[in-house]
This record gives sequence, structure tokens and C-alpha cells, in this order.
Amino acid sequence: MPWDRNQMAARAAQELRDGYYVNLGIGIPTLVANNIPAGMEVTLQSENGMLGIGPFPYEDEVDPDLINAGKQTISELPSSSYFGSEQSFAMIRGGHIDLTVLGAMEVSEKGDIANWMIPGKMVKGMGGAMDLVAGVKKIIVVMEHNSKGGDPKFIPECTLPLTGKNVVDMIITDLAVFHRPDHASPFRLIELAPGVGAEDVRAKTTAHYEG
Amino acid sequence: MKKIYPDAGAALDGLLADGMTICAGGFGLCGIPERLIDAIRDSGVTGLTVVSNNAGIDNEGLGKLLRTRQIRKMISSYVGENKEFERQYLAGELEVEFCPQGTLAERCRAGGAGIPGFYTKTGVGTQVAEGKEHKAFDGETYILERGIRADLSIVKGWKADESGNLVFRKTARNFNQPMATAGRICVAEVQEIVPVGSLDPDCIHLPSIYVKRMVLGAPYDKKIEFRTTRQREAA
Repeated sequence: MPWDRNQMAARAAQELRDGYYVNLGIGIPTLVANNIPAGMEVTLQSENGMLGIGPFPYEDEVDPDLINAGKQTISELPSSSYFGSEQSFAMIRGGHIDLTVLGAMEVSEKGDIANWMIPGKMVKGMGGAMDLVAGVKKIIVVMEHNSKGGDPKFIPECTLPLTGKNVVDMIITDLAVFHRPDHASPFRLIELAPGVGAEDVRAKTTAHYEG
Repeated sequence: MKKIYPDAGAALDGLLADGMTICAGGFGLCGIPERLIDAIRDSGVTGLTVVSNNAGIDNEGLGKLLRTRQIRKMISSYVGENKEFERQYLAGELEVEFCPQGTLAERCRAGGAGIPGFYTKTGVGTQVAEGKEHKAFDGETYILERGIRADLSIVKGWKADESGNLVFRKTARNFNQPMATAGRICVAEVQEIVPVGSLDPDCIHLPSIYVKRMVLGAPYDKKIEFRTTRQREAA
């Protein structure tokens, strides 16, 4: 059984450590917030200028001045702080954020990531994704193993315009987990979703990986 | 010197010209200088280059200036859900320079701080790096990005004192802070103006030196793009 969206997020949450400052992308990565292990202190950063994202607000506490980077209303915590966009990206670019979890359209075997534009389609922009992959200490990609059309997304070379080159540390798909210890090493298959065979993953992947 | 003007139109009087560059604060619809945007629309000024993280949505924020076709070029990181923007962009009527969000914030901060360029890792190996100077520092490659100076900055604050010291509120601060410094002149709209001495000098987010003109914009009907809530558990 492949992992569902929430199980993929839960797998990504296993990479959290006590005391981490973390930025979560939009989509499946957002679900990681619901899977933070009990008793672990993890501070979520929102790139529009907040540390310490709280849960969605109660209906009577909704505040238009308090949103996350996905423009959803959120709440604050007693430990929260606010700052401007320049400070927000200073902490991202400056390597102060421990971990980011992002979605992707393609990841290459060399750790390149493409997740911001498809030529010929309407381009909406990269937002903060290029800054995150360039500055955060550890980059985890969470994505479906294959596209809706069945094409592999973990591939030898990205075909789409890149968001970052040689930046990804870990890939979590609905079928498997790939990891590399540093940016000079190849990815290694380290885990399979329950009931998924290594040969099955091999058959659905064109990227080179070990294990 | 009196910085408080009776309305947004008066606050912008004499500052607008066709073809000018404007830095605008806000993230999505949060913390956008909406009264000043309305006044720019009403002025009819055209051929604008607008530096703003987003481009509003249809009929809200900068979307209003797109609808009236007063904007020639946007410098933004994410233009999101905006049909009129999409139509003009695909028809080649609107020029767009996509800039990574952190690079955009820093370009404005740097421009306002008198720094004409800086090196960053963001965008190395991507389209963003094309045509830009590359330089290695300590074994890592960086690209040169230019600081941005604009003719005018428009921002929205929460509270101001009469001298122009500004305080923002929660995530409505966002790009307002760097944008305010990047313009040769900055006009701020605020929710409340309080007497000098009412704000704690240790808690000012934007010192008065950056704010040349102000207008009281309240009352606001702040828009929410995605209203997400949770239920109270039954007692």
C-alpha cells in the first residue's frame, strides 16, 4: 500500500528534531505540522514574517493581519515573533532555518529541484522557494512518485526550469524514501512504503540511486 | 513639518508621474496600502513599474491598477490568482520580472540602505542567474543582484505617531518595512495616528525618517484570501 498524503507528511515529520526551526511549503508539506511528535519543540517559520505559527484560529479569532505564506488565516503562540520580509529571508538565506519540506514537480538524481514553472503554462512565480532551497540547512522534498500521467518525477536530469541546483537531501514519495548524506553522494533508497517492493520502485524510477 | 494629509489623494499630490517606479508593501492582501492604491488609480497616472511581492487579485489591491492598465511592468515573486494579470501577461501587454521573494526583499532593503548590489546564493543554477555576474566566495558560487531604488514607496502601517514613527501589526508588516526604505519618498497610510510620545521609542518598527507623508486610512474592511479556522471542541 503506497503512503497517502498524510502518511507522507508523517514520514517527513520523523526528520524533525527537538529545537528545530522549520519552514513548511504549501500542500502536503503543510500537513507535517499535524504530525509533530508529542513533547517535541519545533518552531514553524512563515516567510511572510513570523516565527511560531499556531493552529488555524477559532472562527471568532480570525484576524486578516495574521496569515501564513499560503495566505491562510492562522493564530499566534505565546512564543511567536513577527518581523519584516527582509528579516525573514535573512534567517532563511543565512542558514538559520534547520529544515524545510517542499513539494516538487521533478527532482534529479543530482539533487536538482524543479517546482516553480512549466514552460508554455501560466507562470505564477517562484515565491520564496528559490531562497529556501539555497539557504536552509536540510531540504526534504515530498511528492508523488509518479505524475498523474504515470511519468517518473525522480529522474536523471530535470526537464523543467530549476528552482535550485544540487540542493535536495531527502525525497519522500508515496512509495519510498531516498536520502543522501551530503551533496557529493548519490541518493540511496532507505525505506519502502508497506507492501511496496524495491523492484516496483526501480521500475517506476529513471533516476540512478543506490540500495 | 506636518506629515499628516487629509486624504490619500492629497498625500500623493505632486509625487506621481507617468513611467515612474513605485515600491508597494504588502503580502497577498495583507498589509497592502489600499487607500493609496485607490488614489493612484484615481490620478490616472500610467506606464508604472510596480515593485511588489504580489499583484493583488482581481479588483483588490494592485489588481485595481492592472484593470485600468496603469501598470506597464511588475517586479514580483508570486502573482497568484489574478485573471486580468494573466490575460495581460499572456497577451504581452504587461511585462513581468520574476524575482525570488527573499532576493526581492533584500534588493529593496539594500537599495534603501545605499547598497547598489549584493551577492546571494539564491537562484544560482536557475533562470534567475542568467546574465548575472557569478562570483565564488569560500568555494561557493553566488550571483550579483542589484539594489532597488524607486521614485515612490507606498506602505501601510498600523499605528503612527504624528512625527511619522510607525508600528506594524502581526504579519501585516511583511514587505512594508523594506519597501518603505527603497523609495526616494515614502507615503504611509495607517489605521491610527497617535500623539507624539504615545509610542514606546524602543518598539518603533519604522523610524520617522523614512515616512515623509501620512494619511489616516481607517476604517478598513480588510480582506482575507483564504479563511481557515478550527472548531472548538465541545466542553
